[in-house]
Amino acid sequence: MIAAQPVRVERGGAAGRAGIAIALVLVIGLASGPFWLSSEAMRLVVEFVCLLTMAQMWNVLAGYGGLISIGQQAYIGIGGYALFVFANQLGFNPFLSIPLSGLVAALLAIPTSRLVFRLSGGYFAVATWVVAEVYRLLVANDSALGSGAGISLIAMLQFDKGTRESITFWTAVALLVATVGGLYWLLRSRVGLALTAIRDDPVAAESQGVDVARTKFLVYAIAAFGTGCAGALYFSSALRISPDAAFGMDWIPLLFFTVVIGGIGTIEGPIVGTLLYFIVRQEFSDYGTWYLIALGILAIVVMIRFPLGLWGEVAARFGWHVFPIQHILRDPKETT
Amino acid sequence: MNWVDTIVQGTLLGGLYALFAMGLAVIYGVMRQINIAHGDFIVLGAYMSLGLIAATGLHPFLVIPLGAAVFALFGYALQRGLLNRTLGGGILAPLVVTYGLAIVVENVLQQTQSADARSIKLPGLDTASLPLGGGLAVGVFPLIMFVVAAAVAILLEIVFNRTRLGVAFRAVSDDREIASIVGVRDQRLFGYASAISFAVIAVASVFMGIKFTFTPSLGPNFLLYAFEAIVIGGMGSFYGTLAGGVILGIAQAIGFALNPGWGILAGHLVFLAVLLVRPTGLFARTA
Repeated sequence: MIAAQPVRVERGGAAGRAGIAIALVLVIGLASGPFWLSSEAMRLVVEFVCLLTMAQMWNVLAGYGGLISIGQQAYIGIGGYALFVFANQLGFNPFLSIPLSGLVAALLAIPTSRLVFRLSGGYFAVATWVVAEVYRLLVANDSALGSGAGISLIAMLQFDKGTRESITFWTAVALLVATVGGLYWLLRSRVGLALTAIRDDPVAAESQGVDVARTKFLVYAIAAFGTGCAGALYFSSALRISPDAAFGMDWIPLLFFTVVIGGIGTIEGPIVGTLLYFIVRQEFSDYGTWYLIALGILAIVVMIRFPLGLWGEVAARFGWHVFPIQHILRDPKETT
Repeated sequence: MNWVDTIVQGTLLGGLYALFAMGLAVIYGVMRQINIAHGDFIVLGAYMSLGLIAATGLHPFLVIPLGAAVFALFGYALQRGLLNRTLGGGILAPLVVTYGLAIVVENVLQQTQSADARSIKLPGLDTASLPLGGGLAVGVFPLIMFVVAAAVAILLEIVFNRTRLGVAFRAVSDDREIASIVGVRDQRLFGYASAISFAVIAVASVFMGIKFTFTPSLGPNFLLYAFEAIVIGGMGSFYGTLAGGVILGIAQAIGFALNPGWGILAGHLVFLAVLLVRPTGLFARTA
């Protein structure tokens, strides 16, 4: 019998320490954006943060929880509409309504999860899509919510344009820090470890004492909250919402492709994927349908040839982890 | 609203949804995967049938076997060439790859066929109806559609339960590894399953094209109807799927009769209700 060797558990390396330092400097620099960025650039940053948050939430569901949803647009739309109700109809401050709207999404995730969790795998995926369609059709049939035509965020008229844009921008920076920082913390915690175990083998995880059902629900609710906040911010910046824009199917390829092409199951992957998406869209979106066809083919090729995604390939080759969440076992005598 | 009439119309419409669903059920029954592009392939099939009708000048019903043969070959090639590579490593790869296919198919149609609504003309039969007495009449075409759906269900039940191919299908479905050990060639078998699925899609697409006007973007709706019919009916039985399609069709017909905005919604709500009270479906044979 081999005697148990003492091991040292290492979490992250030089890339991680450097990455977090760089990330902090970037965030502080970004926070001063309203003093030197154009309106157009600020709007782009806000949109980027919204998409990144949605992608990260989808990633945490699919890449860690093993819950592949095609229906996260349900929570984008709920977050968006909740914001318009809070701000327009109840007179709340629109910016403070953003986290409240995320909370509404998380609350609605409770009954929704009761239904969709009855199915698993591919059937779970399509069931979430049906639920998103149900929310879309309910809103489209509700005249108080503007029916199919949608509503404008008249509550924003209380702010002048510069103030509104600056506060929206700072809210986006806060959401960015909360998303990336929050997920980094979550995935390094016990919950993160349980999630990874469930993704790799739910039966084995259960036998090791992980409460699989509770953990899955927790991650589903967290994803609904984050996605709801991102949806609320997105439509508070757009100033207008409609059922098709909010609950529409156009969100799905965005989430799928940014996460899969960037690298599923890492925090860095969706950041890379979202950046890439913005560059590709800037350069090629004029090509319309050809651009979408190319995006579809790219997703297929990446999934089959490079299932780890762009960042995953980089991380596997060079061992880089900007947001290290792994537990790496090392011999204590070995030095790094 | 005339209840009897609405339920009869819904039942016959359910035949079409059952046709949508059975192609998807074959794939799920054998590979345990869901093809997200299923609805887009139904739309693609309708455009292909339009092309075949224009090229051959044949009656739409006579084009069905031709279209089914073309689509069966296409399905086999797609499975062997692409989709088999996504199997065996969890559910992400098949979902992402078939989703990618859905986007490609929809946008290629958008690019080549434009977004204008099209439909398949049915000479002679499109307005014919059979009186049932009491002022009630059913259209001949919806009736044919329902009979074809029932025939496809019977045929698939025979293939799955009474043939060597069906035994092999059920074996890989239960345990792919053990089935390979006893000599089932799973890669080729998945090709056959896909061929059957695509042949059923081609049949469904002609009836869809006659029943509805269609555009390239309708695919996702058809996927959802197909999926709902399977879950309502319960997995493992094509008769269950037929019944699921009928229930979905009736729910939509009643919803639509109450308010034109509620038709599709009513179908979704019945699906969710079944999921709530009986998640294995109403007529499930296997878990």
